[in-house]
Amino acid sequence: MLKIENLQAAVIDGEDILKGIDLDVKAGEVHAIMGPNGSGKSTTSKVLAGHPSYEVTGGTITFEGEDIAELDPQERALRGIFMGFQYPTEIPGVNNAQFLRMAYNAKMKFLEKDEVDAFDFEAILTEKMSQLSMNPNFKERMLNSGYSGGEKKRNEILQMSILEPKLAILDETDSGLDIDALRIVAEGINKLRGPEKAVILITHYQRLLDYVKPDHVHVLSEGKIIRSGGGELALELEAQGYDWVTN
Amino acid sequence: MSENPSEFSGGDYKYGFTTAVDMETFVKGLDEDVIRRISMKKGEPSFMLDFRLKAYEKWLTMEEPDWQFVSYPPIDYQDISYYSAPKEQEKKESLDEVDPEVLATFEKLGIPLDEQKRLSNVAVDAVFDSVSVATTHKKTLFDAGVIFCSISEALRDFPELVKRYLGSVVPVGDNYFAALNSAVFTDGSFVYIPPYVECPLELSTYFRINNEDTGQFERTLIVADQDSKVSYLEGCTAPKFDTNQLHAAVVELVALDRADIKYSTVQNWYAGDPETGKGGIYNFVTKRGKCAGERSKISWTQVETGSAITWKYPSCVLQGDRSVGEFYSVALTNGYMQADTGTKMIHLGKDTKSTIISKGISADKSSNAYRGLVQVGPKASNARNYTQCDSMLVGKASSAHTFPYIDTRNQNVQLEHEASTSKISEDQLFYFEQRGISREDAISAVINGFCKDVFKQLPMEFAVEAERLLSLKLENSVG
Repeated sequence: MLKIENLQAAVIDGEDILKGIDLDVKAGEVHAIMGPNGSGKSTTSKVLAGHPSYEVTGGTITFEGEDIAELDPQERALRGIFMGFQYPTEIPGVNNAQFLRMAYNAKMKFLEKDEVDAFDFEAILTEKMSQLSMNPNFKERMLNSGYSGGEKKRNEILQMSILEPKLAILDETDSGLDIDALRIVAEGINKLRGPEKAVILITHYQRLLDYVKPDHVHVLSEGKIIRSGGGELALELEAQGYDWVTN
Repeated sequence: MSENPSEFSGGDYKYGFTTAVDMETFVKGLDEDVIRRISMKKGEPSFMLDFRLKAYEKWLTMEEPDWQFVSYPPIDYQDISYYSAPKEQEKKESLDEVDPEVLATFEKLGIPLDEQKRLSNVAVDAVFDSVSVATTHKKTLFDAGVIFCSISEALRDFPELVKRYLGSVVPVGDNYFAALNSAVFTDGSFVYIPPYVECPLELSTYFRINNEDTGQFERTLIVADQDSKVSYLEGCTAPKFDTNQLHAAVVELVALDRADIKYSTVQNWYAGDPETGKGGIYNFVTKRGKCAGERSKISWTQVETGSAITWKYPSCVLQGDRSVGEFYSVALTNGYMQADTGTKMIHLGKDTKSTIISKGISADKSSNAYRGLVQVGPKASNARNYTQCDSMLVGKASSAHTFPYIDTRNQNVQLEHEASTSKISEDQLFYFEQRGISREDAISAVINGFCKDVFKQLPMEFAVEAERLLSLKLENSVG
């Protein structure tokens, strides 16, 4: 589904961050990318989503056979790539329900399906929110404004479950969650899993991987994947620390 | 994002066309004789000529103000024509007799005037350069006892009413531009709502400047007699010229006991070339309402999206006890536009209350200033004001300024002021785009969210128009 070859990227007019990454994510798989602070984990997710602060300086990103490195973020999103933000941006003045319906209808339009009106969308939203044990008042709340860290993350998972992307790239979705919230978020991710879908979990800790079992684990350090393995690699990392692989 | 630069180098001002109509236009210049000729041309009663001449005398002794936060080259008042009108003079009884070119112009602007196409719940007075060319829905209004006509007609048919109220809120010597307007205004709208009548339609005036060297000096007077109610809307556009046109209007509102006036403006004058700053309208307007009666209410809502320079402060004089004044404003500047706008709430009566909600959006190289005065007189015990002033910056080169003034001579008052500044950031837009939403839709959602406290004050169809207008103007300004 997603094939990254020798991907190199830099902050625009700034330093190189990714220095040649290879990754092959097949439909049905869950990959975890782990690594110490500053290793390039968040940059990887932003570069895949097309964040304007970064430029690809080498290599290729192929999604379902198409080179997407030059596509703008909206085009990538419409093709089914979802990014769960580490720090979801606050957007005062736009409420959650309105935002989600805009996003949902943008997808419907792209798929040449009928857009849904506010009334029908309300039903979809209510169901998804109850699955994630979210307070109904989230519908009316301004997008990410004044949310606690945990509320923001849960809201990212809500968006993912509504948009049902082919590929979800979740950037530290587990950070800032208490144990109950972590379980709910993990359930949300597990619900998305399926033979047609793929997930990339970017995480600092093993904790989330207790709930969402990855097929592959990669360790990123200084802009390169220095080690790949199965689920057991995460456990070893947890036990021995990153020094174990980076040195 | 658009690939074609011409799409946003002024090309998106879709009202920038001119209409070829046979016009009668005075030669440029201003003196006493020009004023006498205007008055004669319009067949005015003698009190009106006296009013004009008195204003002209005042104007000659006054200096153009320079305290606003705007800058522009000096205006040559002798290089402007003070009268310009489509040639057929008599106001037509039927629209069939109006120059079809003029009708077509309004239709193109989205203001169809003929029977079949006009808006069913809005009565429109259409002003083309200096004169009113058509007023719709006359019969319905007449049956309700409402007078809605051009001010020239009102001077002819209801001179006593006009004489009584004209200049009662904005005196002839009030300020430089109001004095000029009082001397040379050529047309505008007049509204009178009789006691106990709620006006059955929205009333609307649509202003169109067509001629390059003509100033537009219209005069609007709205009187709501006791226990009456009216909602009035003003819209404006102008063609694109490389020169600047002066628009110096005066609007006076009078609300008697328990009367309620709501005045909304969606202003979209040509703002000049966004790349060079050339051309555009100078919008120097005096708008003031007097809550003369007890428990009367005046509410101003404005959406300012155009003009090279905007300089206006729709204000309320809260004279009647328990009267209420409101000001809701969205002012958008982009390109090289400059806006200095806000309000004055003058509390004179007891238990008077005012609300000010101002939303300034500045993009590109523009400058946007809010200037507001809340004044409380010695007799205005229990006066209350709430002011909220929010600015949004789009892009890196724009600026926002806030100048709130408070002047109170009464101890027993309650005044609140809140202010904020925010930005549309690239990160916000990325967030929308990552969810599959286009930049245009994202900007429009953020801006509409920012402005919604003001938009919800507008009549429905105009709120939609205002939202669309803002999105269009900002499309290319972010990032």
